[in-house]
Amino acid sequence: MKQCLVVDDSRVIRKVARRILEDMEFNCAEAEDGAQALSQCQKTMPDAILLDWNMPVMNGIDFLKALRRESGGDQPVVVFCTTENDMGHITEALRAGANEYIMKPFDSEILNAKFSEAGLV
Amino acid sequence: MQTENFQFLADLLMKKSGHLLAPEKGYLLDSRLGPIARKEGVDSVDELVRSMRTRNDERLNWAITEAMTTNETFFFRDRTPFDLFKAEVIPHLVENRRPGVKARIWCAAASAGQEPYSLAMILREERTALRGMQMDILASDISEKVIEKAKAGIYSQFEVQRGLPVQLLVKYFQKDGDMWKVDPSLRQNIAFRTFNLLESFRTLGTFDVVFCRNVLIYFNQETKRDILNRIAERMAPDGFLFLGAAETVLGLSDAFEPVAGKRGLYRRKQMAQAKVA
Ligand SMILES: C[S@@+](CC[C@H](N)C(=O)[O-])C[C@H]1O[C@@H](n2cnc3c(N)ncnc32)[C@H](O)[C@@H]1O
Repeated sequence: MKQCLVVDDSRVIRKVARRILEDMEFNCAEAEDGAQALSQCQKTMPDAILLDWNMPVMNGIDFLKALRRESGGDQPVVVFCTTENDMGHITEALRAGANEYIMKPFDSEILNAKFSEAGLV
Repeated sequence: MQTENFQFLADLLMKKSGHLLAPEKGYLLDSRLGPIARKEGVDSVDELVRSMRTRNDERLNWAITEAMTTNETFFFRDRTPFDLFKAEVIPHLVENRRPGVKARIWCAAASAGQEPYSLAMILREERTALRGMQMDILASDISEKVIEKAKAGIYSQFEVQRGLPVQLLVKYFQKDGDMWKVDPSLRQNIAFRTFNLLESFRTLGTFDVVFCRNVLIYFNQETKRDILNRIAERMAPDGFLFLGAAETVLGLSDAFEPVAGKRGLYRRKQMAQAKVA
């Protein structure tokens, strides 16, 4: 089973995402912010990361930049999942090494489509 | 709905768009025709149809035919056909067309434009492989509403997240309020028009590639066969036909054969005895 780390400061969003991802046969772990996510990745790199942008402690884009500098940090497929939906944020995310980008609100169809575009399913 | 009214609608659709109205699809009638009934100032769809039976209002007949079309579509739908277009069709045409001759693609049920725009994006991405070859796209659909939308090239956030890789979104779309607008340069090689597949194709010219996806499913066997055979007449002898995942030529037309191992892709039969008429 593939591992997916769900990073979002909203418990509700994490729960919704987790339910969809488990239906897609991912094994899920959760983190509430970028800092937590980074320390989890330093222990084991997941196959995929679903990543919110605005979070306390460390936001999504700073986490992504830090992740890509870690050893093995180029491996996880990172899919942003955020309410930020303007061109500026999307291009910044891609430049920082994001593989796909979901604009909230999302549903299982979009999550499925984006994960398959990113080569995860 | 009263049986006579249902039958009237079924006959109307068969005549106008070739669609089968199966009794089990009756549940669609209220959601699709309800808005028209309200606009016409009658209380129910039954009432609407009853009044249609007494006056023969062509405008209303078309509004109803259009409302009964299913326009579901998305970018790079099913992906495989687009991969095959890139991997099989483009190299073949580059190899087999004289320099300077434009190749022509027909999206015969283009809906709101996601299919032709997906092709237009591939053509841009594959510029090197095309070695200067130009391809024009004719995007047509029976529904004026979807063709207007296709022409405008404006999609919701939901629509641009179905099938469209974010890299292509960034490259070929601009944000416009809450909506996303296709870069005008993508439209350069696409002509949009309303066109009913029941009409003669003679005015359309000939094509190297035809996308006729997820529309045959609405027709009866006879209409499917007729449309496939008439498409064959409009196609280059070495042309390519793409059908939807639930569609086939098998048992319908001798003019095409499936390409082994390439799902959804069909070629004109090369044999002289292939029946095209
Ligand atoms: C389900 S959509 C498929 C769109 C696209 N080809 C795809 O695969 O995503 C079917 C389209 O066929 C169009 N259509 C139905 N009957 C037609 C007819 N007789 N002539 C032309 N288009 C027709 C409908 O208006 C609708 O937009």
